[in-house]
Amino acid sequence: MSSFDSEALRQDFFSLFGLPRQQGLDVDRLEQLYRDIQAKVHPDKHAYLSDSEKRLAMQWSTHVNEAYQTLKDPLKRARYLLKLAGHDVRLETNTAMPTEFLVEQMELREAVIDARDAGDADALDVLHRRLKKDIRAEYTLLQQTFDANMLERAGELVRQLMFQEKLIQEVDDALEVIER
Amino acid sequence: MALLQLSEPGQSTAPHEHRLAVGIDLGTTNSLVATVRSGMAVVVNDELGRSLLPSVVRYSAAGPIEVGFSAQSHQSADPKNTIVSVKRFMGRALKDIAHIESMPYDFIEAEGMIKLKTAQGVKNPVEVSADILKAMRERAELALGGALTGAVITVPAYFDDAQRQATKDAARLAGLSVLRLLNEPTAAAIAYGLDNAAEGIYAVYDLGGGTFDISILKLSKGVFQVLSTGGDSALGGDDFDHRVFCWVGEQAQLSPVSLGDARLLQMRAREAKEFLTQHGEAPITAKLSTGEFVDLKLTSEIFAEITRTLVQKTLGPTKKALRDAGLTPEDIKGVVMVGGATRMPQVQHAVEAFFGKEPLNNLDPDKVVALGAAIQANLLAGNRASGDDWLLLDVIPLSLGIETMGGLVEKIIPRNSTIPVARAQEFTTFKDGQTALALQVVQGERELVSDCRSLARFELRGIPPMVAGAARIRVTFQVDADGLLSVTAREQTTGHEARVEVKPSYGLNDDEVTSMLKDGYTHASDDAFRRALREAQVEAQRLVEAVQSALKEDAHLLSTLERAHIDSCLSKLQSVLLGDDRRAIDAGLDALSKGTAEFAARRMNQGVRRALAGRKVDEVNL
Repeated sequence: MSSFDSEALRQDFFSLFGLPRQQGLDVDRLEQLYRDIQAKVHPDKHAYLSDSEKRLAMQWSTHVNEAYQTLKDPLKRARYLLKLAGHDVRLETNTAMPTEFLVEQMELREAVIDARDAGDADALDVLHRRLKKDIRAEYTLLQQTFDANMLERAGELVRQLMFQEKLIQEVDDALEVIER
Repeated sequence: MALLQLSEPGQSTAPHEHRLAVGIDLGTTNSLVATVRSGMAVVVNDELGRSLLPSVVRYSAAGPIEVGFSAQSHQSADPKNTIVSVKRFMGRALKDIAHIESMPYDFIEAEGMIKLKTAQGVKNPVEVSADILKAMRERAELALGGALTGAVITVPAYFDDAQRQATKDAARLAGLSVLRLLNEPTAAAIAYGLDNAAEGIYAVYDLGGGTFDISILKLSKGVFQVLSTGGDSALGGDDFDHRVFCWVGEQAQLSPVSLGDARLLQMRAREAKEFLTQHGEAPITAKLSTGEFVDLKLTSEIFAEITRTLVQKTLGPTKKALRDAGLTPEDIKGVVMVGGATRMPQVQHAVEAFFGKEPLNNLDPDKVVALGAAIQANLLAGNRASGDDWLLLDVIPLSLGIETMGGLVEKIIPRNSTIPVARAQEFTTFKDGQTALALQVVQGERELVSDCRSLARFELRGIPPMVAGAARIRVTFQVDADGLLSVTAREQTTGHEARVEVKPSYGLNDDEVTSMLKDGYTHASDDAFRRALREAQVEAQRLVEAVQSALKEDAHLLSTLERAHIDSCLSKLQSVLLGDDRRAIDAGLDALSKGTAEFAARRMNQGVRRALAGRKVDEVNL
């Protein structure tokens, strides 16, 4: 499929939207650009055309969706930036984290497990808010780290954030089970 | 057959030419067909002025296939051959179906989907649904005076891949060209959004005959963006009937009843439920074949009490959908009510209590889905007027995953991803010289394969033999705008395209669909031939028009040589378009399609560049 491999579909996600390659990003503007491009390429805009055009529309639309999802989410955006910079985060092999962070996370995890086993939705709610606040602060730090071009440190923060995001997901899952 | 209009190359056809497109709500209990006439979405009625078609099909020994009211009237007399609520069986095996013991059919457990034994032979749910769709198509073609260009068929948002595929197969079998499978709540939102010019975040609460769906949508500046969706594909108005049916059985102390009596009591239960929408109590009377009399009164309090858990069951998925969208009930500007079952007062009350606002009921909950589908069909068929050029961004309802070691699921596409979406994953071989690889694809949210729904087993064959771990097989899972999955695989080191064989765990494979289509043709081969020819002609005409209008807009993207090639393909297709040589039309279609592929790619690039440029001028206007 030669047209799909064309330069337009291989450019990086920032270039696709005409945005600067950086962690700081105006999400509202991204969303607007995303909608404008989808309005041109979405399969619904080509439903009455030939099969090859429909296929092309699906490939474009798929690509734009992936680009949007990657840039919209600050953690995915950070990982993507590191990948573009050729910086390997070594998620599988590098599990070293500051002791202080690990101790805190372990305590939080125990609190989550206790609240879940007790079916305590209120406690889980408190934990959710606490984690959310921590995560937000961490993202601000991450952006500053990128701006200072400290990629090694940014990689560390990304690993920590993945840890925290996983934990908050567990809190939400536990809430779901209780509310079911 | 209507004559097709031709125009000179480069000259656009008349802008007012209207393609006949419909939206079909293929419901569990009732089905509807709607279209857009003079800019207004309207339901197409039958010759007696009735809009609903009961989704009931009867295959009696003597007569022809009956669909709708006449079939419904034989429900209790001929329960075995009269299929109701067939939607519940789409893409389903015997073990998936609730209350199977109280159903009067002769089920046959087949590999994949169940089948039903009737007086007219064994029928699968796809064929039964196709008969309903055929009745809808015929009704529309009669009323609109011509063959349909295409149809949008609605499905519950929570339908999985097997159920969607089964619906699409049924449409094919009914001779319909499917423009899109559209999620029912999204269709409802379109009907509401366009009528009320609404902006903001809305919830669509859709309690139909057999399914419950909840969708959270953001409506703004001509874009309908589905943020999340959830539901229960085995919960609906029929379950409320069933609760009443069970209550009657207990109250009247009936011993197990015959199939005909069960049907009768189920009908009485449904009538009572509907009566309670407007009244405080409903009488339930029936004379059974055993001579027993049933004479009961169901009050709305008792009704609410015996169905409380059912109403509660809708709130779990509602909370989950809100959480997936990162929202709370206060963020919702309005709640759109869809489906006849939302008429029940206890449902209205529960929704109002949960969201803290009165639900929206200004469109008929039975018709709103079909109306929205008609509006979308009109747009997709290319009948767009200026001003109604909106975009719909929908999501996949359930996560897709693959089986990894130990029966665990690895998610590849999470639920509520905007479609179309694709994910590529690399696999390798674990034995020297291994040439095949099997992948189990599942759909669902649980961590164990056994708790999810198995969609298909993909076998990749033709992997070039290499030492273990050397092959790099990149498997791409693509979900299209209908929410349907396809899989392609390629060996990376050699670029070898691996052959993918799909064995659907549920649903029908391509061979089965092809053979059903063939069966249909042998029954009416002449008719089928004309139909296929007509379809090819319509398709050719559509492409000719599309290319002409593309040339009119963007001829500057082509070199003189390229332009000459396209023009020659175009006139070749036009010269055979009216004839009855289907092979020549197909060949012409293929040539023009291939000849314009690069042109299409350039136009797409240009569109994206313009979208970005427009934004920059708007916002970076220094």
